[in-house]
Amino acid sequence: MSAQISFRNLTLGYERHPAVHHLSGDVGEGALLAVCGSNGAGKSTLLKGICGALKPLGGAIDLHGVSPRDIAYLPQGAEIDRSFPIHVYDMVAMGLWRRAGLFGGIGRADRQRIADAIAAVGLEGFEARPIGTLSGGQMQRTLFARLLLQDARVILLDEPFTALDARTVSDLVDLVRRWHGEKRTVIAVLHDFDLVRANFPETLLLARTPVAWGPTSEALGSENLLKARRMGEAWREDAHACSDAA
Amino acid sequence: MNPYDLLIAPFTEFEFMRRALAGVFALALGAGPLGAFLMLRRMSLTGDAMAHAILPGAAIGFLFAGLNLYAMTAGGLVAGLVVAIGAGVVARATGMKEDASLAAFYLISLALGVLIVSLKGSNVDLLHVLFGTVLGIDDATLILIASITTLTLVTLAFIWRPLVLECVDPTFLASVSRTGGISHIAFLSLVVMNLVGGFHALGTLLSVGLMMLPAATARFFVRDLTALVMLATFIAFVAGAIGLLVSYHLGTPSGPSIILVAGLAYAGAVIFGPIGGLASRVMPRRHLEA
Repeated sequence: MSAQISFRNLTLGYERHPAVHHLSGDVGEGALLAVCGSNGAGKSTLLKGICGALKPLGGAIDLHGVSPRDIAYLPQGAEIDRSFPIHVYDMVAMGLWRRAGLFGGIGRADRQRIADAIAAVGLEGFEARPIGTLSGGQMQRTLFARLLLQDARVILLDEPFTALDARTVSDLVDLVRRWHGEKRTVIAVLHDFDLVRANFPETLLLARTPVAWGPTSEALGSENLLKARRMGEAWREDAHACSDAA
Repeated sequence: MNPYDLLIAPFTEFEFMRRALAGVFALALGAGPLGAFLMLRRMSLTGDAMAHAILPGAAIGFLFAGLNLYAMTAGGLVAGLVVAIGAGVVARATGMKEDASLAAFYLISLALGVLIVSLKGSNVDLLHVLFGTVLGIDDATLILIASITTLTLVTLAFIWRPLVLECVDPTFLASVSRTGGISHIAFLSLVVMNLVGGFHALGTLLSVGLMMLPAATARFFVRDLTALVMLATFIAFVAGAIGLLVSYHLGTPSGPSIILVAGLAYAGAVIFGPIGGLASRVMPRRHLEA
């Protein structure tokens, strides 16, 4: 499996403070990778770095020819304004942005694709519902439908199953497995270790610096988890410049 | 007084009323969508701040050329854009929140504007700049307002999708496109242009009212963006027409009359609006089956 995303001594952060510190490694093409760690471990920051929303403080991310247009990113739900007056159909149709852009029309084939995506996540009949009236699970299904339309080679999911019922999680995990079967690269930030062990063959355990990266059973071993818990957050106002910085 | 005399005759008999009506209709066409987006982007008070910010530019134009349409328009545009971009640059360069830097810029701007006007003009001139003269709209002003409206609608068509995306899911927009920043600046520029167009009719202090009050009113009735924009524009139309009639029949200043009619519509919506209005909370209807 050739590398699709490579981290080279990567440091990402805010105002010079690292949130991901000195990460190196390769994500193979078609990988199904879970990123785990406690709050503040740098998981979401890593996804923002991969999709280009955050520039590295040090090191680099090599996408091996994958265009940013081929990366689909599902941010945490809290970043979406649920009060905005928009319907499920239009929200899903946003997934066509890369094809339609500012002015491109939505033709018959596109409308069929939107309908198929909505059906694939079990939201038939919800097309005209304002997103503000959806439950958390229905909203997440809507966002997965948008991801389906994006048809991306790399899919980044930030805590996609948080606070969802078991059936919704099961349905959405099936979609993730489908993407994996289609040889798309999927990287998901997750907190549920049981779900990770059952569905994700590879795991990166982060605690700002990488604690472990490899087969899930090894990465989530008790020794690594204990080590990750001990590392905790490390934001200090009086921190000195990193001696390993390039 | 029969309905014809009450509603139609003022417009058929007097050309200044027809000009005023055409002017407020043109303003409403641009103000409806801009007000809706200002509200949805949680920038309602930004519009107010920008309205104050254009004052010194208009005042400098007035200082050099008197009540000259083009000088005051150019001055207002420059001042508004300087404040909008300056506040944005300070916010991004220093980490200060944009609302705080905007407040600083517009307060300085407002004080400067009042000072400049009072240095040269009489109180009547100051009142003209602050509250406009919708009944005194001439051909040149009408063409200016219509041009700004046309430019606004065309530009909005270009930036509609990124504007919507940036409101509802800015992280997603940043991941698929780099148009967010450009569309934000274009949007602010449109707000400034429409405020400058509006101040000739409604004055610097009231021009933002035709944007915000109809949009806030419409929010109590519709849950769909397109419907929100269309209803806000329609409410601005109606408030403009009724405000002019009130002004004509009661002899009240036209700008404040228009905005107060829009204000009455807003008050009615707050009480009776089916989406979140007070009445719907106090007297809830029977719940539905599903």
